[in-house]
Amino acid sequence: MTKKLLATPLAERVRAVVFHRRVVFGVPFAWLLLFFLLPFALVLKISLTSAVMAIPPYEPVFRWVDNTLSVVVNFGNYLFLASDSLYIAAYWGSVKTAFLATLFCLLIGYPMAYAMARAPKHWQLVFLLMVMLPSWTSFLIRVYAWMGILGNQGLLNSFLMWLGLIDSPLKMLNTNFAVILGIVYAYLPFMILPIYTNLVKLDVRLLEAASDLGCRSLTTFWAITLPLSKAGILAGSMLVFIPAVGEFVIPELLGGPDTLMIGKVLWEEFFNNRDWPVASALAIVMLALLLIPIVLFHRFQAREMEKNG
Amino acid sequence: MVKLKAPGFSKSMLALGMLFLYLPMVVLIVYSFNTSRLVSVWAGFSTKWYGALFANEQILSAVWMSLRIAFYSASMAVCLGTLCAFVITRFKKMRGRTLLSSMITAPLVMPEVITGLSLLLLFVQMAQLIGWPVDRGMATIWIAHTTFCSAYVAVVVSARLREVDLSIEEAAMDLGCTPLKTFFVITLPVIAPALVSGWLLAFTLSLDDLVIASFVSGPGATTLPMVVFSSVRMGVSPEINALATLIIAAVSVIAFIAWFWMRRAEKRRLRPR
Repeated sequence: MTKKLLATPLAERVRAVVFHRRVVFGVPFAWLLLFFLLPFALVLKISLTSAVMAIPPYEPVFRWVDNTLSVVVNFGNYLFLASDSLYIAAYWGSVKTAFLATLFCLLIGYPMAYAMARAPKHWQLVFLLMVMLPSWTSFLIRVYAWMGILGNQGLLNSFLMWLGLIDSPLKMLNTNFAVILGIVYAYLPFMILPIYTNLVKLDVRLLEAASDLGCRSLTTFWAITLPLSKAGILAGSMLVFIPAVGEFVIPELLGGPDTLMIGKVLWEEFFNNRDWPVASALAIVMLALLLIPIVLFHRFQAREMEKNG
Repeated sequence: MVKLKAPGFSKSMLALGMLFLYLPMVVLIVYSFNTSRLVSVWAGFSTKWYGALFANEQILSAVWMSLRIAFYSASMAVCLGTLCAFVITRFKKMRGRTLLSSMITAPLVMPEVITGLSLLLLFVQMAQLIGWPVDRGMATIWIAHTTFCSAYVAVVVSARLREVDLSIEEAAMDLGCTPLKTFFVITLPVIAPALVSGWLLAFTLSLDDLVIASFVSGPGATTLPMVVFSSVRMGVSPEINALATLIIAAVSVIAFIAWFWMRRAEKRRLRPR
């Protein structure tokens, strides 16, 4: 068997390797081109059409009538978004909410990741699984859990009234506070994991050197640990911030009528108003806003995935 | 020698953070056994909501639908994600590699509403141009889930591939193994744990997705998150508490098995030979 293979000419074996590489590359490339990149081009195209009562509910961009190709490009949806203060408020609300949630995730997540990275080895695995376990259960159900806790007759209000701290229930559900709390709760593991991965690889000798040279532990933290964990902080923040900007489920379940977030507005434009062109324009503007964070995240992730050892 | 112990502050943060992560789930579990519909009132122990759950045809058929979609999506995502991981870690000079790596990392953070909307528009356009898909449903959800799950699989598998000793593969090839055979005999057994964890991750992600599935689904296919969502939109429901308890129990059992295996593997590695 081996003899036969060795007997095949070198050129043929090289050809086999090249062929295999092409297949390995080509299959996922074609899939992602068709089902990831092309759809964005379509969103852009449909954002430049006007809505009609038809199936599908938008005008074609290219039309071929009497041997003439006519291209109808309609910037009306973008002008509409810019003129209506509701949309601008929704974008601003999303960015603000996502930013605050990211900040709180970082403030809670960093010390947790730090303690995990410094724990004994066999405990690290336990903590890691404990942090990841909630994200393996249902996201929807974890958000829903807060509805029972924060409601007017919910657990937290009953508890506070039982303690005698408040006389009448505090309005917590259907507020922006509940939305931020929900995002922090749902996305906390995504902040902890990259920071933990980063901290656990930290070169201990640097800390020893700093302490030998008389650095106090807080100074060592500011001068060495924090700067060296910058990549983990950045990755964690992007993993929380970017999806949180477009979040739909959390503002829908925990937010109130005054909670303006763009993911919810897009959903309503699409499902309730059936205005596909405006929904597409909303998606394109959201993508433009998120482009810089996405590129930052991509550069980090690509470096993580490519480096050896 | 510095003491590499966590300071008290970060330790108490870890404890509080864990409490924050787990308390809401404990509340769900406790109240799934409550006789009363209300959260604030404890009216006694009962398992009647579990009975109601198992009598709910709509939920049961949605569970079956979701499990099937998750199984197919996870299996396909493992294939595609592994190929992507290979390209990213091994083919350093391939043309188009940068584009592929951007297309595989972007779904990790892409807001779901954008992914869902863009895929729906694609399916509508495809139906117009080539007449497929006629009805949106399981097949379209499968495609959508496969696409975003592949990204997660690629991350998990590439982390493992980076640690694989290339010299074993080179030795196999030097001895006349074809690349395909080398992959199945040498590489696959080494990266198998990563494939299993990638598959499980993809499975849970697909099982959990509401937004993308809502966009690309048709009237025929209702997944479990869609049923749960339309029910919890109306407010707290004890049946959903019972469902949540079952999901948490299932995930905990799997996590415990995973922990047990990993610990055993770790011990075996540390044992002196």
